[in-house]
Amino acid sequence: MLVNQEQLLQAIWETVVMVGVSLIFSFFIGLVLGVLLVVTRKGHLLENQIIFTILNAGINIFRSIPFIILMVAVIPFTRLIVGTSIGTAAAIVPMILFAGPYIARLIENSLLEVDQGVIEAAQAMGATPWQIMTRFLLPEALSSLLLGITIATIGLVGASAMAGAVGGGGLGDLAITYGYQRFDTVVMLLTVGILIIMVQGLQSLGNYLARRVRRR
Amino acid sequence: MIRTSLLIVAKLDLWQLFHMEQLPYKAILSEKEWGIGSMIIFDQVTKIYEGKGHSVKALQNVDLQVKKGEIYGVIGFSGAGKSSLIRCVNALERPSSGRVIVDGKNLLQLTAKEVREAKRNIGMIFQHFNLLHSKTVFTNVAMPLLVAKRPKEEVRKRVLELLAFVGLEDKANSYPDQLSGGQKQRVGIARALVTNPKVLLCDEATSALDPETTKAILQLLKQVNQAYGVTILMITHEMSAIREICDQVAVLDQGKIVESGSVFQVFSKPKTAIAAKFVRSVMNDHIPESIYALLREQREDRHIYRIVFVGNSAGEPLLSQVAKTYTVDVNILYGSITELQGIPFGNLIVQFSGAEKEMKRALLHIHQQKVTVKEVLADVS
Repeated sequence: MLVNQEQLLQAIWETVVMVGVSLIFSFFIGLVLGVLLVVTRKGHLLENQIIFTILNAGINIFRSIPFIILMVAVIPFTRLIVGTSIGTAAAIVPMILFAGPYIARLIENSLLEVDQGVIEAAQAMGATPWQIMTRFLLPEALSSLLLGITIATIGLVGASAMAGAVGGGGLGDLAITYGYQRFDTVVMLLTVGILIIMVQGLQSLGNYLARRVRRR
Repeated sequence: MIRTSLLIVAKLDLWQLFHMEQLPYKAILSEKEWGIGSMIIFDQVTKIYEGKGHSVKALQNVDLQVKKGEIYGVIGFSGAGKSSLIRCVNALERPSSGRVIVDGKNLLQLTAKEVREAKRNIGMIFQHFNLLHSKTVFTNVAMPLLVAKRPKEEVRKRVLELLAFVGLEDKANSYPDQLSGGQKQRVGIARALVTNPKVLLCDEATSALDPETTKAILQLLKQVNQAYGVTILMITHEMSAIREICDQVAVLDQGKIVESGSVFQVFSKPKTAIAAKFVRSVMNDHIPESIYALLREQREDRHIYRIVFVGNSAGEPLLSQVAKTYTVDVNILYGSITELQGIPFGNLIVQFSGAEKEMKRALLHIHQQKVTVKEVLADVS
């Protein structure tokens, strides 16, 4: 094996950092966009055709760019934000841009699943739009939201594997540079094995949390 | 196909023109005089949904007054406009024209903040309960107070009081999905009443429940009306719900109120065919087919009558008197007796046979007893 334990741990850590940090940011971006996508649509709380159309189209555009292209395309923006275009921090910027719109769609989906009657009940009791969002829509959608976030997190683990292209490091990078390019089967199997365990763990965690908040 | 629909459109237009001419001249009354003792007033309310290329008139010039402390039922088939009607009361819908006044206020003339405040004066319960699945029964009931940012201690006291009122004090920490349909509606009722409203709107509140539970919920609503003096406006397609607890009833058909009056009036003497149809759905005065067969071979010396007894007359041994006094044979073909707002209401289908002269005398006798008699023919029910 061409990789020592330290390198392996380093790679795992980089993957965790990339996924964790980009998840936090993209979650907040996705939350805001997702909620806006729902409440500005026709007949909803804060109907606004213009905002809805712009958001809807904008999200579709971002979602249609393959991640590897997106990563390269946003290099100037990345440099502007983190001061460099290579390394782990530089990989996080495109990952956020990739996952934010994705999470927005997942959140939109979860919120639309909430029974319209609940919103009606909230309006009937004189709740403000903000209260309807925070006290009715989001809590009711929480279980489904958690499952959505799980999907997005696993998507980010996948994306982080491509971060090697901008020198972001991580497990994916290790697999490509040692496992693939230098024909080290052991490293390849090892990294893939770790990724499988990570994904399984994340999915189980997501399922557990979703079940806990659902209480049905 | 196209031609037919064009025809229908043309017909509708003509009809509308005709209808507009028929609009009653609205008496000019001062505001005070007009809405005296009323909690909810619909004044020429029209609601039109604009669709692509066509519009649907959900409500047409609806006038309706619900007096303080009353239980008012609006009945209609699905699509009659009931939902639009009830949603105009708490501004979930905005009338296209006309106005709705609740407790002296027109919600559409208030600021957003005032509307939210006014809504706390109007509770609402729903067919599918619309509870928050992610919150406990306690929090569900507390929600209107939490939204109004009331102090915690007041919320706790009030919620527990209402849970006791609806008989669910032991379920405070349960989640809605652990409850039965009837219990969920009880939570809905507690939630609707927690802000101490003057008005309670019931949107098909018992339509998703089984007959037994329906009865219990209706009794609870009656109790709400009596214990808290809450004015109740309910919409339903079930005449039994109206019969059970309402004081007044209006029949809504294609967006228009075609008949209204006290429940007793409408049930005992429905004026429109649609009202009669609803009444028949609960009064069970259908004449069975085998009896129709008898009717069809109606002979000269036999006549079949429908006799409607109301109130005290229902208790008198009228038929046996007739049979004793006159030389007629009385044969009861069908009979039912129901109670409307505590007044017995009987419905008999009887066959008289005997000499023509004697039958006439017998009928005259019955007529004098304050009961309604109508001859039943084979082709009418």
